[in-house]
Amino acid sequence: MVSNPLTKNIDMSRGPLDIAGYESADGYQSLKTIAKGLNSVDVLQQVKDSGLKGRGGAGFPTGLKWSFVPSGDGAPVQKYLVVNADEMEPGTFKDRLLMEGDPHLLIEGMVIAAFTIQASKAYIFLRGEYVVAEKALKHAIAEAEAKGYLGKDILGTGFDLDIVVHTSAGRYICGEETALLNALEGKRANPRAKPPFPQVSGLWGKPTIVNNVETICNLPGIITYGVDWYHGLTKGSDHGTKLFGISGKVKTPGCWELPLGLPIRQVIEEYGGGMQDGLELRAFLPGGGSTDFMLPEHLDIALDYDEVAKVGSRLATGTMIILDDKTCPVGMIGNLMKFFAHESCGFCTPCRDGLPWVDTIFRELEAGRGSEKDLQILHEHVDYLGPGRTFCALAPGAAAPLGSGLKIFKEDFERHISGKCCPYKK
Amino acid sequence: MTSEVIASTSSKARQLNAEEIAEIEHEMTLYPDKKAVGLEALKIVQKHQGWVSDESLLGIAKYLDLPAADLEGVATFFNLVFRQPVGDNVILFCDSVSCWIMGCENMKSHIKDTLGIDYGETTEDGKFTLIPVPCLGDCDRAPVMMVGEELHRNLTPDSIDEIVKNVRSK
Repeated sequence: MVSNPLTKNIDMSRGPLDIAGYESADGYQSLKTIAKGLNSVDVLQQVKDSGLKGRGGAGFPTGLKWSFVPSGDGAPVQKYLVVNADEMEPGTFKDRLLMEGDPHLLIEGMVIAAFTIQASKAYIFLRGEYVVAEKALKHAIAEAEAKGYLGKDILGTGFDLDIVVHTSAGRYICGEETALLNALEGKRANPRAKPPFPQVSGLWGKPTIVNNVETICNLPGIITYGVDWYHGLTKGSDHGTKLFGISGKVKTPGCWELPLGLPIRQVIEEYGGGMQDGLELRAFLPGGGSTDFMLPEHLDIALDYDEVAKVGSRLATGTMIILDDKTCPVGMIGNLMKFFAHESCGFCTPCRDGLPWVDTIFRELEAGRGSEKDLQILHEHVDYLGPGRTFCALAPGAAAPLGSGLKIFKEDFERHISGKCCPYKK
Repeated sequence: MTSEVIASTSSKARQLNAEEIAEIEHEMTLYPDKKAVGLEALKIVQKHQGWVSDESLLGIAKYLDLPAADLEGVATFFNLVFRQPVGDNVILFCDSVSCWIMGCENMKSHIKDTLGIDYGETTEDGKFTLIPVPCLGDCDRAPVMMVGEELHRNLTPDSIDEIVKNVRSK
């Protein structure tokens, strides 16, 4: 049986499979399965049973999210599916691989998702810099339309779907689902107040599901090979496979599809090749820039949503950023703070004013002008920027590496102040 | 309000050209209202003109019947909409965390030393503009940057020289 449903067709030494090649690799089988007699309720149940959790970062159960969309006679006729392909989380490079490597998988998954919530229109919200993915997706959509997998009355089901590739024009905040909807509507991408949640009132006020690229790419396998097969993939408690990536100073950085639940050590050593010669692992962010630092003592923890959460971090995007012992942790956190300060949408005060203040303090520390008082202010901001204090998750995301870093790297912060310079700079 | 701002708001809208209009009309078929097309139109005009001048912005606002201030709010929000002239080739330089760990600051210094430009600046010959960009999503091959639509990976000072030479010789 297939053990790598997300990447089985991906070979980056050639272009993506065309539709004929994709079909011969079980491609679009799920739509034929649906056309043989599954209704949207059946598909929703299968996705719920699969235990699939969102792969964009939050890890919310996909079936549950979909179940909030109004259905039945009283429901609005127009609903939307939006794919969040605005990959911009620092250190995250997985959706690019899926879209450049196997665009038909995303399209097949989108038809399943749109059929389930009965959305006749779908947008792929793609970051503007992903020009290779844009071309691959547009080409694949045209192929799928020509074969009747998109358009009117797909495979005789009576279900219609059009997919539009929307290329964005920058800004990390567009990855926040309500900010994304505003951007798609042609507005400044400030997040919206919730409730109402997009499932009820989203794009142009209509029920809308926003799912990450990788989440959608899980769907064809679940329908084609079944829930039991899907449950057999994992090595841990969460279901399915996931793209895991490693960047930083390991021997062989990269991105691989692996079962959930593998020990972190195995991924770093077997796949990442271990640390580069002469370097030790100091710490790592397990799933992009918005996660809490983890330490070598955590290497035997399983890469599962719940297991990583137990030690106070988040699996999030599953793309690890490795900090080695010769790279300054204060500089690394400072880089992240500069990013978050720059990418704040400016709507709420803690984020708009707090992050630039934090960024400024890191610049002062770097320049050897930091003081104990500055450290105090940084500690206070972990709270001011934290969950519940801000309008969306951007600033709490910044507070994760900041708060954990202040604790773990206390001595490094102190040395920047006492030595009046960065001790890692020779 | 400065005299410059007053001058810009009172300046005349540019008549969009036929190609721009055709592409904007195509976008109108993909979205249910004109507001959503505003950002698309900004990108279309930028593709043809290199950047979005005040005259172009007013031209789009007029064509789509959108408030110019709203459109300006959108234009200045998104970092890939250029409201100032840029060089023939925009360098989108990734300075996010993985690239930082892998030494992007040295690459940036090399660009500064060899091209003589910092962020937001354009070379005197108008060939290159340097702009920082959030994580480009190719972190296993850091440091990376885009020049125009081309992504360049595993940057070294030598590879940057080579990229610059190739672009200049085009």
